[in-house]
Formats: sequence, C-alpha cells, structure tokens
Amino acid sequence: EEEGEEEEEWHQLYPGHIPTSPLQKALLAAGSAVMALYDPYRHDMVAVLGETTGCLALPNLRDKMKNHPEGYHILQERPRIRLSTLDMARLQGLPDGSLGREYVRFLEDNKVSPDTRMPPKFVDDEELAYVIQRYREVHDLMHTLLGMPANMLGEVVVKWFEAVQTGLPMCVLGAAFGPVRLSTRKLQVLATELVPWAIRSGLNASCVLNVYYEQRWEQPVESLREELGIFPPP
Amino acid sequence: VWVCRCHCRVLLSRTAGRLRARRGLATGPETHFGFQTVTEEERREKIYRVFESVAKKYDVMNDSMTLGIHRVWKDILMHKMNPSPGTLLLDVAGGTGDIAFRFINYVCSVRERQLQRKLKHHQNLSWQEIFESYQKDKFNSLGDSQVVVCDINREMLKVGKQKAQHLGYCEGLSWVLGNAEELPFDNDKFDVYTIAFGIRNVTRIDLALQEAYRVLKPGGRFLCLEFSHVSNPLLSRLYDLYSFQVIPVLGEVIAGDWKSYQYLVESIRRFPPQEELKAMIEDAGFFKVDYENLNFGVVAIHSGFKL
Repeated sequence: EEEGEEEEEWHQLYPGHIPTSPLQKALLAAGSAVMALYDPYRHDMVAVLGETTGCLALPNLRDKMKNHPEGYHILQERPRIRLSTLDMARLQGLPDGSLGREYVRFLEDNKVSPDTRMPPKFVDDEELAYVIQRYREVHDLMHTLLGMPANMLGEVVVKWFEAVQTGLPMCVLGAAFGPVRLSTRKLQVLATELVPWAIRSGLNASCVLNVYYEQRWEQPVESLREELGIFPPP
Repeated sequence: VWVCRCHCRVLLSRTAGRLRARRGLATGPETHFGFQTVTEEERREKIYRVFESVAKKYDVMNDSMTLGIHRVWKDILMHKMNPSPGTLLLDVAGGTGDIAFRFINYVCSVRERQLQRKLKHHQNLSWQEIFESYQKDKFNSLGDSQVVVCDINREMLKVGKQKAQHLGYCEGLSWVLGNAEELPFDNDKFDVYTIAFGIRNVTRIDLALQEAYRVLKPGGRFLCLEFSHVSNPLLSRLYDLYSFQVIPVLGEVIAGDWKSYQYLVESIRRFPPQEELKAMIEDAGFFKVDYENLNFGVVAIHSGFKL
C-alpha cells in the first residue's frame, strides 16, 4: 500500500514539488527573470528565479550550515517561521532593542507577514528545498538586523547583503537590477553609503543562516549584530 | 526521458487508481484528469477549479501559447459556419466570448452588405420611403441574429461579460450558466451549436453530444473546434516537445499556474483523435459528419447536421 502512495506522488520529493527537466528549468529561469523585471509585484517570479538558478549556491549554503553547530541544529530540527509558530504576544512584550521586539515592530510598521513566503516548487532536493525556504523566512529578520524598511530602497540594500552572503544568483540579479526603478537621489544614497556598507557587512559577517533565531528572541539586536559581524547601519 | 516520464505517469496513475479503490477511497466511475486517474465527480471539480484559476489570464495565455494563431482558428470556424442574419447560435463552453463576438461581427458585416445592396435597388422609391426603410433597418444591425453563451464556470462567464462591456457588445448577446451534459434549454431551439476548445473538458462527451442534438432545430448544424492528433511523426515530436516543455513554463511565468497548463497539455493527449470523435458524433444521431484538420491536426473542426 505504501508503494501505491509513493507511485501516486511520482518523483515528488516534498509537498508542492514540481519535477522539471533541465530545459524547463532554463526556460523558467529566463522567463521568470524577464517577468520579475517587467512586473516587480510578481514576487512568485523572483522565487522561481531563485530556485531555478540556485543549483550551485544552495548546496554551498547547505554545506556551510552542516559544518556549523548551530546551522547543523537547524537542518536537523527544520524550524519554520510562521505566524502560527510564533508567539506574537510574547515577542511584543520583550524589551525594546531585543530581536523579538524589533522583528515584530518591523512586521507591523511595514505591514508584512512571514506567511507570505512562497514554498519551493522547482528545487529537486528535499534538503535544499528546506534551505531555500529557510532563507526566505529569515529575510524579514535580515531587514531587522540591517535596520532596513520594506520599501524598494530597503529591499535593494538587503539584496546586496544577501547576494554577498549567499551567492544566490537571484540575489545578485535583484541587487543589480533592483535600483533601476529608483529615483536619482535615492540611487546616490544607495551607491555612496548603503551598498558599500551592505557589502562590507556581508563579507565580514558569518553565515546568517547559521543562527537559530527562534532561540534568540531576547538577545538585543546590537549584540547579535556584533556577534555576527554586521557593521552598525549608517 | 521526459516522454518516458509522461507515459510512466499514465501507468503509475492507473495502478494508483486501483489501489484507491482497494482502500475504499472515493469510488465511482473512473475517468482521467490529464494523466491521472480520478472519479468523474473529482474530474468535474478539478476542471472547475482549473478554469476558475485561469479565467483572468485565459486570453493572454491563449495568445502566448499559440502565438496568436488561435485567433485564426476561430476565424476559420466562423467562416465555415457562414451564418446569415437571423441565425440563433448556442456557443457552449463559450466562456470569455471569443466565438460569440466573432459571430456578432460576422452577421453585422453580412447585414451591412445586405442593406447596402437593398439601398442600391431602391432607385425608384421616394425619399420618404427610402428614409423609412433605412430607419427600420438601422436599428436592426444584427438582423435578429442572437447568440447565447453557455458556460459551466462562473469566473469564465464573468470575464466574458466584462470583455463584452469593454468592447461594446450588448445587442443579441446573452450569458447563461449551464452544463454541456445537461443544457438548460428546450428541444429544437437553435440553428447552430458550437463548442470551441470546450468539449475536451467535458467529462461525459457522449452526453454533451446528445444534448447538442436535442437543442438543435432540425436542419441545425453542430460545429466543434478542438485540439486533435498530429499524425506526422516528426511534427508530432516537435509538438510534444513544445507542449510538455514550454507550455507549463508559460503557465507558471504568465499566470503563476504551472499545474493548470500541465493539465491542458495532458488533456489534449487524452482526447479522442479525429476519426474516433467523428464516430461519437455520428452515434449521437448527426448526419454528414466530417472534419477538417488545421495545422496538420493540431486542431480539427468537426461538423455534423441534425436532419
């Protein structure tokens, strides 16, 4: 009977997985890149681009996690950041400046929710699918750590940081093409202050996926920044 | 490899179907949904959800997948129909209105030519008489032609109505929610029945054909435009490659919906080929049943008459 269940899933490695041929992946990568540029509100296209181009960067990230005690822990336990798993009331009650309090503040100020992250579809390895899911769910925490809002400018800065940290082609493309839609004044600030800082921090910091954030809600943001090696925001 | 995978899916899903029955899961007459095996009820539900999901992007996707050629196919269908003013058309699975709008355009232009010819012959009438006859005809630009668009899916009808409003179609057009297998119309009502790219999604094609026969007037014509089978082996392989490799990707990129378009290409492969469909139409009682291949069989128009 179990055989029947497996057969029914047919090559499906995890719920939501859509197996694709190399040609389909190439077409998806190209198509999603174009669509993401054409319509920046298509977050699903950014997600698809990340999945179809991450074949080198994702195993790299996974190995970094495996070789780090906290990262290894995360791979074993597979924690998920979702409204249903977070104790919002408790986090709100934490002191100002703590990771939990600032994270909730970020979510509220920018009116975003951790539940809107796309689940992976085109990653053909179940563990790597978790790695990319973790990367997506931790994105809002990146905003919190970097002190960047969820507007176009803030997103680009975070993308630069993530590009350096993860090496995901999608981040690199997002970082390079994101600024296309910004005004000249913002571009100036971006180029002169924010991006250099993001790059320096990204290079200096240890792998951000190796932090078990769910166990560090009480830790002050500044202390976590120092621990990781992220320079204070300008 | 990917061709093998598709066939494997067919085999595996058949086994899965039998295992489901053994486990006492939802049973009922079995049929297919793309390459999966499901019950008839499940199939109807799944198809409803597919079209609910694709409705808003339906036209964009049609243009992208066929590079606009679907418009030519539909034009050819209309030319084959060659409706004269006064025709009552039932367009089943008419969803977003492509056939209906073409019908209205066609009868309007035929009507206009009729009126022009009439005017030319009015050489020896008084100005008053000409004016009066012109007034009468002016407000009858469709010449009493009418088209009823029937679809089982609310979302598709919604999109169709919005399009009609946007494009300025109001006269001679009505929208009805209905099931091709059980039409909400009386017997012997329509002059022409069309179903364009819809019969493939009907679960009991035989019932739909019987209903088509029932609602047509004696002398009425049945026309079906549908994806069919390409017999040329080289073209067939290219067509398969395009269908299975490119179309689901287009679905994901344009509509954010891989699965519906995977279903689309699978359902095309599952649909009976030209001769088989012809036999089914004859079984429903139609005479002079014939078909015309378009683009080497990628699409076929089947035609039959109720005598």
